Amino acid sequence: MPQIFKPSANTLAKASIVGGLLLAVSLIGLLIGLGRSSYVTRAQEFIEQPIQFSHAHHVGDDGIDCRYCHTSVETSSFAGIPPTKTCMNCHSQIWSTSPMLEPVRASIRDDRSLRWIRVHDLPDFVYFNHSVHVKNGVGCETCHGRVDEMPLTYQQNSLQMEWCLDCHRAPEKYVRPRSEIFTMGYRPPVPQSVQGPELVKAYGIESLTNCSTCHR
Amino acid sequence: MSVVQEREYDYVEGAAAGAVRGVPPVIAPGHTFETVNDKISGVILTKRTPIGWFLGFAIAFAFLMLLNLTIGKLLMEGIGIWGNNVPVGWAFDIINFVWWIGIGHAGTLISAILLLFRQQWRTSINRFAEAMTLFAVACAAMFPLLHTGRPWLAAYWLFPYPNTMGLWPQFRSPLIWDVFAVSTYGTVSALFWFTGLVPDMATLRDRAQSKAGRIIFGMLSLGWRGSARHWQRYEMAYLLLAGISTPLVLSVHTIVSFDFAVSVLPGWHATIFPPYFVAGAIYSGFAMVLTLAVPLRKFYGLEDFITMRHIHNMTKVMLVTGMIVAYGYANEAFFAWYSANPYEGYMMLNRMTGPYAPFYWSLIAINAAMIQLFWFRKVRNNIPLLFVLSLLVNVGMWLERFIIIVTSLHRDFLPSSWDMYAPTRWDFAMFAGTIGLFLSLFFLFIRFLPALAMFEMRTIVPEAKLQPEHHG
Repeated sequence: MPQIFKPSANTLAKASIVGGLLLAVSLIGLLIGLGRSSYVTRAQEFIEQPIQFSHAHHVGDDGIDCRYCHTSVETSSFAGIPPTKTCMNCHSQIWSTSPMLEPVRASIRDDRSLRWIRVHDLPDFVYFNHSVHVKNGVGCETCHGRVDEMPLTYQQNSLQMEWCLDCHRAPEKYVRPRSEIFTMGYRPPVPQSVQGPELVKAYGIESLTNCSTCHR
Repeated sequence: MSVVQEREYDYVEGAAAGAVRGVPPVIAPGHTFETVNDKISGVILTKRTPIGWFLGFAIAFAFLMLLNLTIGKLLMEGIGIWGNNVPVGWAFDIINFVWWIGIGHAGTLISAILLLFRQQWRTSINRFAEAMTLFAVACAAMFPLLHTGRPWLAAYWLFPYPNTMGLWPQFRSPLIWDVFAVSTYGTVSALFWFTGLVPDMATLRDRAQSKAGRIIFGMLSLGWRGSARHWQRYEMAYLLLAGISTPLVLSVHTIVSFDFAVSVLPGWHATIFPPYFVAGAIYSGFAMVLTLAVPLRKFYGLEDFITMRHIHNMTKVMLVTGMIVAYGYANEAFFAWYSANPYEGYMMLNRMTGPYAPFYWSLIAINAAMIQLFWFRKVRNNIPLLFVLSLLVNVGMWLERFIIIVTSLHRDFLPSSWDMYAPTRWDFAMFAGTIGLFLSLFFLFIRFLPALAMFEMRTIVPEAKLQPEHHG
């Protein structure tokens, strides 16, 4: 009877055992990695807006406080998107004829809101409250990154649950004094390992990891 | 054939030994290595598939399609298509899961424990019993997965891996123990089954007429040449796998019983549960082996290989395990009285006289009363009757799970939340569908793979005993 397989089949058989294992491991690794990639989370991705509004210019160059526009961040779950009137406080005086700002003028003329595209969109099954975070020593920068360096706003972090839990499980790693909430590029004067636990104690911050804290 | 003779057969008594003691032999007289090979491989290496096979497969396949339809409906509409609802949050999905998992246990017991105890009668039934185990586990696994409603998300609910939620499964829950028990069970059973198939694959490779057959069986036989070294390694691997499988016979259904016993619910929270469930599993499993063996040996004329000895032994195992199960029922009733706990007492009273009482008394009639028939040699010799009884045993064991699950749940602690449970047509469709899946797989198995272990069968023919000089 002739041979069914060539001698190379022996090598192939052995290689396929190793190859199969490697393939399985790399597929699992790929899936775990892919789930965290910005391809899935949309982090680090510039979002086109109706107007090319630059936080880098308004916050970084002009030094406008976050709360000038996001007025309800300290009192409400929602930080607040400014009405066109807030824009016009300045832009009725400066750059008032700039073609770039035509949509802003059109908005006030026609009494129609600007349709900003939401950058940080949490899932609907998550309850999130800005004011409680701001009151308890979580700086804007901690979640939103260096907004003062973003020519177009993008999502800095993954917004995945493990990212939330990273802080909720150990808030002392991230809290800062209440006076520094709106500071960009904050550096703790004493090491965070010393300051963090003190602030947690002083502000009475709890590590809330109960499911119903966020999934109400 | 010299290959076979080189094996160590010290544990094989040979066919004649059994006959001396007045028990039917494990293989009918007059068989040689060649007739065993011919008979078993002839089923596979033929171009002519019997029309009966097509008929049976067509029916099984129709039910498999019903399963697909049900799953499609379930995924589109959610588990609301099933009848379970508060307070009966678990019903057909867990009943059928436990039922199928239980059935699988006979395969493992036959292949592992009977091997270690050197019971040569396991030889002609182990292969298809192991296949039965695998297919039953596949059917069982479907229920908890689909019970989640979104099985594609079930991976992170069930398996501990570094997921993006930063969460791990609840390791204190018996449901997660179940995941490990069942997946280990499935993996080890598959390995055991395939390892046992390798020498037979080589036989089929050598006997195959078609090129495709030679290549496929050649790949599956992993380069088996039947050298002494191959056999030595094979025996060691098979023994090790048997050693690994043996605790699984006890552990898997123990953990399944923890799903209930760990909860604090009258009728579930009982220490008798693990042994009672394991015995029930083996009992129902042997009933299923018998259900499959009777038509298989008839249809393919395998009466020489699956002899009355096998039928008798399986019946006896059913009798013993069935009596353990009956003892479990008695114990449940005893606990209900002896504990003097009003909830336990009510649970038992409700089982015996409540709305589901007919099911309770049916299962008692089958699992406690009917099995006493197996004491009689006349019954054990009556194959059509045994076939019917084995089917009834599986009905009885299904009813047992129904009673345990539904009666404890439908009478909640608060009478205001009492309710009745009734399955919907989709519950039945899903159950019938898994039976279709099971039978379809089984039909494919008997057509394309050796349903009996040829090389092990060769060890019990008289010819295997004839050349002592080879044993040197």
